[in-house]
Amino acid sequence: MSSLAASEGRAVSASTRVIQPAWVRTVHWINAVAMILMIMSGWQIYNASPLFGFLKFSKTVTLGDWLGGALLWHFAAMWLLMVNGLVYLALGLATGRFARKLLPITPSGVISDAKAALTGKLSHDDLSRYNYVQKLLYAGIILVGIVIVLSGLSIWKPVQLQWLTALFGGYDVARYVHFVCMAAIVAFLVVHVALAVLVPKSLRAMIIGR
Amino acid sequence: MGRLRSLLIPGVDNKLLVRDAVKVMPDLARRRFIAGGASLGALTLLTGCDVSDSFSAEEMLKKVSKFNDGVQALIFNPNALAPTFAESAITRPFPFNAYYDLEDAPTIDGKEWKFEVRGLVDSKKSWTLEELYKLPQVKQITRHICVEGWSAIGSWTGTPLRDFLKLVGADTRARYCWFQCADAEGYNSPLDMATALHPQTQMTFKFADEILPRAYGFPMKIRVPTKLGFKNPKYVISMEVTNDYKGGYWEDQGYNSFSGS
Repeated sequence: MSSLAASEGRAVSASTRVIQPAWVRTVHWINAVAMILMIMSGWQIYNASPLFGFLKFSKTVTLGDWLGGALLWHFAAMWLLMVNGLVYLALGLATGRFARKLLPITPSGVISDAKAALTGKLSHDDLSRYNYVQKLLYAGIILVGIVIVLSGLSIWKPVQLQWLTALFGGYDVARYVHFVCMAAIVAFLVVHVALAVLVPKSLRAMIIGR
Repeated sequence: MGRLRSLLIPGVDNKLLVRDAVKVMPDLARRRFIAGGASLGALTLLTGCDVSDSFSAEEMLKKVSKFNDGVQALIFNPNALAPTFAESAITRPFPFNAYYDLEDAPTIDGKEWKFEVRGLVDSKKSWTLEELYKLPQVKQITRHICVEGWSAIGSWTGTPLRDFLKLVGADTRARYCWFQCADAEGYNSPLDMATALHPQTQMTFKFADEILPRAYGFPMKIRVPTKLGFKNPKYVISMEVTNDYKGGYWEDQGYNSFSGS
């Protein structure tokens, strides 16, 4: 009987305290898988013709075994990334989540929240509201996500989508843009995962919603 | 805390899973690129698919690559020209690239060499280099993009392949022009007919206004500026116009077959 009461109580609180709705959690974890596949296969592809002499990625962190295998992974996972990303953008705009959660972003807000974060005074009591640093990083990473897909398309189709390739400054420049976006996403990922581990209830909210 | 840890573990496990998957991948020598997955024999029976065709990541990736062939054929605009460049933009020296060193590249005697034309064509005669040199030629300065990612701009002169296909009475409703080459391991590559008929697809006899050097495929290469470099065969010895997909040297090892730019 007590377990029944407990589950009823949970049901009530779940309906009132959902921090991350189901669609956000679904696209978030699909995106996590797609991103990891794209980054690891992308590193293997990079190794075939490195942009920087000092940088090659270890086999232990790459996917696909060789260039051909990595390309198969990359051009398969790209569909997952793009379709899931489009669903995310469409729902984020349609439900008003982007406007509600990410705007406005003011420079003074970002500076004061950044100071508070660095001095350990930033509160995480209300996970449903993003602070200004979060707003800036989450809005920024969405833009980076759009640019990495567009630069990727411009490298994949420099003849059919030559207007897009030209927009990035040509084929060779587009490769650097694609790389820099990857580096930004990896940097974001390091901070994002570290903070999720530091504030475990935020990770819980992204798994069970509350 | 125990509950929290159990919630954290799924995230960690995902990464470890991917890493483990990488570890069990076979080496290049076996020319298999992904570990096989669990065989779902019962499912294949139920779905009526080939029982020997087990479900695996490799099979799934091959299917997506075939799907990507179709998507690229749809995207391909037969009238969209690859960007062209000024003479000053030519990459010098233009890189030599193959799966062997330059000293192992085919050495072909231009007087002995013949270009064999087979398959769905009216005229199946073989062409000497002298005969081919008499056909009208055009020059293009376009970007060569390697599957590895690097690119280089080159100057190629030769006969548009579509003019030659018309000349030999090829059935241009056929699906492929399949090229065979003189490389040591028998390089070959299929070219879809839409691309073969593209105005810039060329039977190339000159690089930078000089007779095609050995490094770039003497006596003839097929220059396809709407495809990745490996779809631009060098040291070509024959062409077959065919409806059959006959595979290719790199295509059979996993490079996407369409590989359009």
